[in-house]
Amino acid sequence: MFPWLTALIAWPLVGAAVVALGALGRSRTGSANAGTGLARPIALVFSLVEVVLLVGAFLAFDTGAAAEHQLAETHAWIPQIGTSYAVAVDGVGLLLVALAVVLVPLVLLAAWNEQGRDEVRLRRFVGLVLLLQAFMVAVFAARDVFLFYVLFEAMLIPAYFLIGGFGQGAGRRQAAVKFLMFSLGGGLIMLAAVIALYFLAVGAGVDPSKAFLLDELVGVNLGTIAERLMFVGFFVAFAIKAPMVPVHSWLPDVAGNATPGTSTLLICVLDKVGTFGMLTLCLPLFPEASRWAAPFVIALAVISVLYGAIMAIMQTDLLRLVGWTSVSHFGFIILGIFTFTPLGTAGSSFMMLNHGLATGALFLVAGFLVARHPERSQRITDYRGLRSVTPVLAGTFLVAGLATLSLPGLATFVSEIMVLIGAFGGAPAGSAAWTVAAIPGVVLAAIYVLLTYQKIFTGAPAEGLEVLPDLKARERIVAAPLVVGLLVLGLVPGLALTYVDAPAQQSATTIAVDEPADAAAQMGSDK
Amino acid sequence: MNEVIGLAPWLVGFPLIGAAILLLGGRATDRWGHWLGVLASGASMVVAFILMFRMIGTPVEERSVDHHLWTWLSAGDLGVDLGLRLDPLSVTFVMLVTFVGTLIHIYSVAYMDHDPDRRRFFAYLNLFVAAMLVLVLADSYLLLFVGWEGVGLASYLLIGFWDTGRPSARENAVAAKKAFVMNRIGDMGLIAAMALLFAHAGALDFGTVLSDDSVGAMSQATATAVGLCLLLAACGKSAQFPLQAWLGDAMAGPTPVSALIHAATMVTAGVYLMVRSGAILEAAPTAQLVVVLVGAVTLLFGAIVGCAKDDIKKALAASTMSQIGYMMLAAGLGPAGYAFAIFHLLTHGFFKAGLFLGAGSVMHAMGDQTDMRRFGGLSRFLPITWITMGLGWLAILGIPPFSGFWSKDGIIEAAFIPVEGQPWRAWVFGTVAVLGAAITAFYMTRLFFMTFGGRRPRWTENQHPHEGSPLMWWPLVFLGVGSAALGLVLGIGGTFTTWLEPVTGHAEHHEPVLPVPVIITATLVVVVLGALLAFRMYAVNLVPEEAPRGSVLTRAARRDLYQDAANETLVMKPGYGLARVVQVGDRDVVDRGWSVLPQAVSWFGGVFRKAQTGYVRSYAAGMAGGVLVIAVVVWLVVGLGGAQ
Amino acid sequence: MDITNYVVLAAVLFAVGATTVLLRRNAIVVFMGVELMLNATNLAFVTFARMHGDLTGQVLAFFVMVVAAAEVVVGLAIIVTIFRTRRSASVDDVNLLKG
Repeated sequence: MFPWLTALIAWPLVGAAVVALGALGRSRTGSANAGTGLARPIALVFSLVEVVLLVGAFLAFDTGAAAEHQLAETHAWIPQIGTSYAVAVDGVGLLLVALAVVLVPLVLLAAWNEQGRDEVRLRRFVGLVLLLQAFMVAVFAARDVFLFYVLFEAMLIPAYFLIGGFGQGAGRRQAAVKFLMFSLGGGLIMLAAVIALYFLAVGAGVDPSKAFLLDELVGVNLGTIAERLMFVGFFVAFAIKAPMVPVHSWLPDVAGNATPGTSTLLICVLDKVGTFGMLTLCLPLFPEASRWAAPFVIALAVISVLYGAIMAIMQTDLLRLVGWTSVSHFGFIILGIFTFTPLGTAGSSFMMLNHGLATGALFLVAGFLVARHPERSQRITDYRGLRSVTPVLAGTFLVAGLATLSLPGLATFVSEIMVLIGAFGGAPAGSAAWTVAAIPGVVLAAIYVLLTYQKIFTGAPAEGLEVLPDLKARERIVAAPLVVGLLVLGLVPGLALTYVDAPAQQSATTIAVDEPADAAAQMGSDK
Repeated sequence: MNEVIGLAPWLVGFPLIGAAILLLGGRATDRWGHWLGVLASGASMVVAFILMFRMIGTPVEERSVDHHLWTWLSAGDLGVDLGLRLDPLSVTFVMLVTFVGTLIHIYSVAYMDHDPDRRRFFAYLNLFVAAMLVLVLADSYLLLFVGWEGVGLASYLLIGFWDTGRPSARENAVAAKKAFVMNRIGDMGLIAAMALLFAHAGALDFGTVLSDDSVGAMSQATATAVGLCLLLAACGKSAQFPLQAWLGDAMAGPTPVSALIHAATMVTAGVYLMVRSGAILEAAPTAQLVVVLVGAVTLLFGAIVGCAKDDIKKALAASTMSQIGYMMLAAGLGPAGYAFAIFHLLTHGFFKAGLFLGAGSVMHAMGDQTDMRRFGGLSRFLPITWITMGLGWLAILGIPPFSGFWSKDGIIEAAFIPVEGQPWRAWVFGTVAVLGAAITAFYMTRLFFMTFGGRRPRWTENQHPHEGSPLMWWPLVFLGVGSAALGLVLGIGGTFTTWLEPVTGHAEHHEPVLPVPVIITATLVVVVLGALLAFRMYAVNLVPEEAPRGSVLTRAARRDLYQDAANETLVMKPGYGLARVVQVGDRDVVDRGWSVLPQAVSWFGGVFRKAQTGYVRSYAAGMAGGVLVIAVVVWLVVGLGGAQ
Repeated sequence: MDITNYVVLAAVLFAVGATTVLLRRNAIVVFMGVELMLNATNLAFVTFARMHGDLTGQVLAFFVMVVAAAEVVVGLAIIVTIFRTRRSASVDDVNLLKG
């Protein structure tokens, strides 16, 4: 069988290497230093071929068994400490891999003219993007805790340089350091838990040469206290990445200072590792601890929903605002995961994909807007009345905004309503009350989206902005797939739900195995 | 029914395709786009007629059909199909939406003639029609919600249609946002209701949720909670108290929009929701009482506000609010009221759309003037508008045999029907309904005579009012005829009530606390008195061009009984304060809290840095000292010669 | 002759070297102190090698000599460079690494 996942991981690495060496460029012109302008096309071609590989992976994936981890490859890596190169995806993992694969070409295209004409700089930028892509694909496919940890930390390297090296904000270096420190801090706690997990698993009788394999670790009894401690270790790392209140502080700084493309990759894809990790590591490895922590986690998730939305309303910087909306959305995702209902979990899984499309669209379109401003201002109040100047840009922004506020008919609505309806009947104490408390988030979402739209696009055009070019063909090509994807998945969500439903069912039933059947199912059977 | 059911998706499909072509086609479709919009709406209307006639020809018990399109959402325990439900209730709505919608499309071709963005306008109108049809045809709460927010979006886009380039652009945009956000507040109710219903019944489609089994198994508390949540949603959409504040501002949109969305169709969706969910409300008497209360409060609120407004559109908007209050009141009365709620909704759809389009015609003639104090004496110049608006005026007053009489009188009678155990209810709500009719008569007569009557025009300079093109007045004629005759056609012998019976259920006949003829007579008497008072004040007496200061009540009504001030003080200011607290807290507590860590690290670094003097000899001394210390330790631990 | 005397001599030489390093300011003299310490250890190595009849100590002594030679090369070069720029060979003048 063709190793689809390895191919998906390796191909961007090859691309990054080719771009970094500039080998093709040199052979063409015979000079190493001359700007050949080939870095961007090469990277784009690599990312498009990656999409083709993704299609292959989708075809090889059996949707009938979406809950199982398929396309598996396992090779011993460091046998002495029991680590393996083990990759496989279930439906959720595959969708997130797809998100990483699909967004990269769009980001490359969106950032086509953003970094000027300096070939070295361009080469570095696209190389880092491809490197990040390889790591992101790998982390969603990793089925070995050690491998997962290594990739979890390795992703920080390209991300750090992308934030610190290419942003337009003055505080980008500081933001990059802040991001790195938060992530490393979380990673360190997680490392302790990873090591503890290995020794406890070996102690509990797991074969030491396989003691990092997730499939071996699931269901091992680790002892209540140890399990809870390790849960906390993993959870903190994931909460920082997600990001969740109160460990979100790095996110708005990054969103405000990084390029829109970087933010898209970082917040729409890389951050999903947090929620993905909660779903695929925390819940199966530490079911008892997850149940123990659920009421607290749910409370924090709902606080994140409202907190992020309120902060978004108060922002003056467009890109920071988009960053804050994500805090709110991640709150919904975590709420769905930790209420342990099949519907809510499926909704959260679906939402991970949709949030990537919607927020990605919003970041990129906001980037197009900022790029048009003579001073590249990110201040919302520096814009006014652009609907008549750039109608297509305004329309696209509005659609992306409506997706962010989960307008029915778009995919984000389906996932959000699944989370809310599912979470309401969740098993953990207080699920229903906290879910109801999260519902005002939809009103706040309407406020932050429409207020922003009103400020930027309505009224009389601001001085100096009376003649701006509308979206160019390249930019329309970037926005179109995202908008179409949101629409199609909104009308026929089954396309994606077939991938997330079975894993969600399995996850929710595993976790609720010695709980009384969840409230919804119980009531349903009463009638 | 089954052989034509396949046409049902086209009801939504035509306008949706129209909207898509117009939006994606861009400027290329500017020249013919408006006609495409009319065509799409018209095609939908033709389908609606086919379906309605086929339904009339079908035996009563087979009139309710669910048409499954595709599995929309299937995950966990939830399975929701994308399906359309055709029954007398939805078909009634479909007829209203497509018929009035098409007339307004035609009207708009002329009304928006000079607007460079006319194509976009028609795209939004088509989008609205499609969303509204999804709302009424949906066979589940989830799909209903799609239409529900879809019409909200269309309404947002159309209220803010002139959101740039005009002096009032910013206000239009703010009004649009206000409408959407207040609707969203209501939508929270619908989301919560769906969560409750799913937790209870494990499904969201009407067939399961509203079945006798499901409702019968529902506890009183659940039913009340669901009922109140649905009512919240209805309040948002239908501008009912306390979520009424957006409707007046929504008049910033083009007048055809006010006629279609904010008078005839969208704002009545809340009533539709109540009637559709009747089974749940009936299981929750408390919720029903709240529905009636909301209806009663809003009907007086709107009527009082309507008496003081000088802006013709805002007066009509207040009237709409008040009339929907009637419908809401009826919807809270149980099966006895449902049919009349929908009947009034239908007749109101005709006469209010006619009144709004008439107002649009007047504005068109008067150079976009909306202040009624600057109208007067227009009957001679705008005869068609005058007559058609006159029919609408008589209809809304409830003068027999015009349409409003049949529907509103039914509601007033139903309000007088006694409720077991609560004898006060019939008297209180019946009186409110009659009082509302009197005030309605006052403000509508005021509006009518301030516009058309009066001995002396109060126009601004250079006005040459004249009728618009036939595209504008033909729809007026259709709506005028509807206002006049619809009630008679459908009301006599209870035709309409019988038609809706498969959905609303058969209402047991109850006697009101007063004999019916007494109620009718009393209502007519107060209506005529109200109308005469207004006639005396605004037709016989001179109307000042500047509004007089007025009484306390007038001043309050002019400011919508301080609704905006109340929202500002009670919701927005505290909300903003809370947001400020969160913002400051995030900056000074959370963010600063995290920066304590690096600060601590650098403080420790500062302490240890002092050891780095830079002098080689001091490092060497350190090393020597270190060696000595180790040697001493080793000596103490192991002892000299301990190795042996 | 008692082999212990060699060890005592090595210790005395080491102490003299260490004192030189700690007390003198001139870089050249400090350097000589370092050399003295190295050679004191060499002496100790050789002595112990003899004492235990094991060649390892002698081998190590050679290593030390090689390292000392390399050190002289690099160290003197640095000192000369510093002297050229600073016109002084005092180790107390060179404190750029102060934290």
